[in-house]
Amino acid sequence: MDFDALISGLDRHTLDGITRGSIYALVALGYTMVYGVMKLINFAHSEVFMVGTWAVLGTYTAIGATAGMGVGMVIAATLLALLAAMLASAGTALAVERIAYRPLRKKGAPPLIFLITGIGCSIVLVETFGQVLRVIFGPPFGRVTVNIPSVLETTTLFEIGGLNITNTRLLIIVGAIAMMFALDTFVNKSRLGRGVRAVAQDPDTASLMGVNQERVIMLVFVLGGAMAGVAALLYSIQYDITKFDIGFFIGLKAFTAAVLGGIGNLRGALVGGLFLGIAEVYASIIWSSEWTNVTAFVVLVIILMFRPTGLLGESLGKARA
Amino acid sequence: MSEPTSSTSTVAEEQVVLPDTSDHDKIAIEQSGKQGDVLLEVDHVTLRFGGVVALNDVDFQIRRGEILGLIGPNGAGKTTCFNAMTGVYTPTDGKIRFKGHEIAGIKPHKINHLGIARTFQNIRLFPEMSAMENVMVGCDARHKSSVPGVLFRLVRVRPSEEELPASGIRRSLAKVFGISRHTLEERAGRKRSMELLRFVGIADRAGELARNLPYGYQRRLEIARALATEPELICLDEPAAGFNPAEKEDLMGLIRRIRDLGHTVLVIEHDMKLVLGVTDRIVVLEFGQKIAEGTPDEVARNPKVIAAYLGEPDDAA
Repeated sequence: MDFDALISGLDRHTLDGITRGSIYALVALGYTMVYGVMKLINFAHSEVFMVGTWAVLGTYTAIGATAGMGVGMVIAATLLALLAAMLASAGTALAVERIAYRPLRKKGAPPLIFLITGIGCSIVLVETFGQVLRVIFGPPFGRVTVNIPSVLETTTLFEIGGLNITNTRLLIIVGAIAMMFALDTFVNKSRLGRGVRAVAQDPDTASLMGVNQERVIMLVFVLGGAMAGVAALLYSIQYDITKFDIGFFIGLKAFTAAVLGGIGNLRGALVGGLFLGIAEVYASIIWSSEWTNVTAFVVLVIILMFRPTGLLGESLGKARA
Repeated sequence: MSEPTSSTSTVAEEQVVLPDTSDHDKIAIEQSGKQGDVLLEVDHVTLRFGGVVALNDVDFQIRRGEILGLIGPNGAGKTTCFNAMTGVYTPTDGKIRFKGHEIAGIKPHKINHLGIARTFQNIRLFPEMSAMENVMVGCDARHKSSVPGVLFRLVRVRPSEEELPASGIRRSLAKVFGISRHTLEERAGRKRSMELLRFVGIADRAGELARNLPYGYQRRLEIARALATEPELICLDEPAAGFNPAEKEDLMGLIRRIRDLGHTVLVIEHDMKLVLGVTDRIVVLEFGQKIAEGTPDEVARNPKVIAAYLGEPDDAA
């Protein structure tokens, strides 16, 4: 128990927590939006994120991006990787919806079945990257950790009260919060967002009022996937690695963040993600890093004991400007 | 099919704002056929749930431009009939044709796009949206922009002078790149929604969340939302449930004005005075079967109807 270490570096640890939490929050959006509209936990969402990190690696490899390029090249490579990750993740999310959920929905399957096919999809995707692609293409695919070139090298931009603000950190926090703000505005202000909220509040009535429910469902999978793609890029920038099963823990944490904030609530995802990220970093300082995951779930259980619907506890339909 | 009792009493201080009829031409709809043509045909429809026969060989037609009443005692199958017409249920047997199209088995949102809208006996608004937004969801049904078209504003329209933004740089941009069709549709939807709220008389609380509106306002909001989808046929499921006599009187006026806009109206109602007063024709159901059809006078004199329905007090609902 080392509270002194926590107190003495509180600002630094909080910043670490916010960085970590921003990525959780972006991934959490995918869980929360799908839940809001379909009352379904999309367990394949963790792999939607995983595919995004591979898309980043693929883009860097394809254009030969490495560490130590000029500023213009770094920006271009990063934007390209962002686009690739968003497309790959959104595409994966859409494919999961088409293959694992839509046929069942058409048949009117009970909710539990969707969870099983979601988990099935997740395993298939993990094994695709861990085994199938290795057999076909060889490395870098396989069951090992793969380095992603740190195209955007970490430099200190400025200092606030002895706290180093690095470019990567700033990008992650600002990027994540900007994406969430954009998504929140989209859902609350735009016509498509209105359709999403209508379906979230009353799917049958929305349908009778001319809202195409299938289209809304596709839209939330694509948006959730795109957000996971953004998270994948930011993760790659921060940690410079990927692995076939990288989605598992990130997905689990993001799901926890979504539940913590109030599942179905977009702003809850942000609050839950940041809360969880900070709690984890504090725990790893106070005890040791082995305690990170334990703390995450203990915090979840304690919060849910007092606030069973999560910190903000509303549904997607209710989230409003 | 049980039909739950609507016992909610109306709030006394509800002020019904008299509608401004000068807007009618703005919200009137285009007709795709002649007055008096068959608009919707329920052709020997049978609907079974397991062993229960909810509708048994029900057969009637709705003509363009009329106000048709659908009446019958509780459990007669009126709402089931609505549900079959709007795509919630698929008939076991028989056909439903709307403007000549077979609609049984089509998805509800497609039926809505074809031109049928409805309200609900037990109010089903989007509770966490404002009144305005509720109506706009209805307007959205008529918009043409696709999802990518909306996200990236692909379709550009050369704006007319009054559509241009007032301020400098946005005005110049709009002149060069045009305005996205989505923006114009959104603007038109907002305007039309406001006019519809005015039409049903609740424009004064347009910004309020639907769940916070008084009961009478909620009922009218449902009608406005249904009208927003520009239906050729609007189905009102017990629109007067829970209304006091003065409000019922207002509602009769509203139903007539809805017809005047060019909509054909099908109304389920328990209140005989209202039904006899506002409809052109009436179809009577009992135990899932049609037992009578005719003008209000004919129906009111029909002994079968009197036995089945009029024998009970009006407010049996």
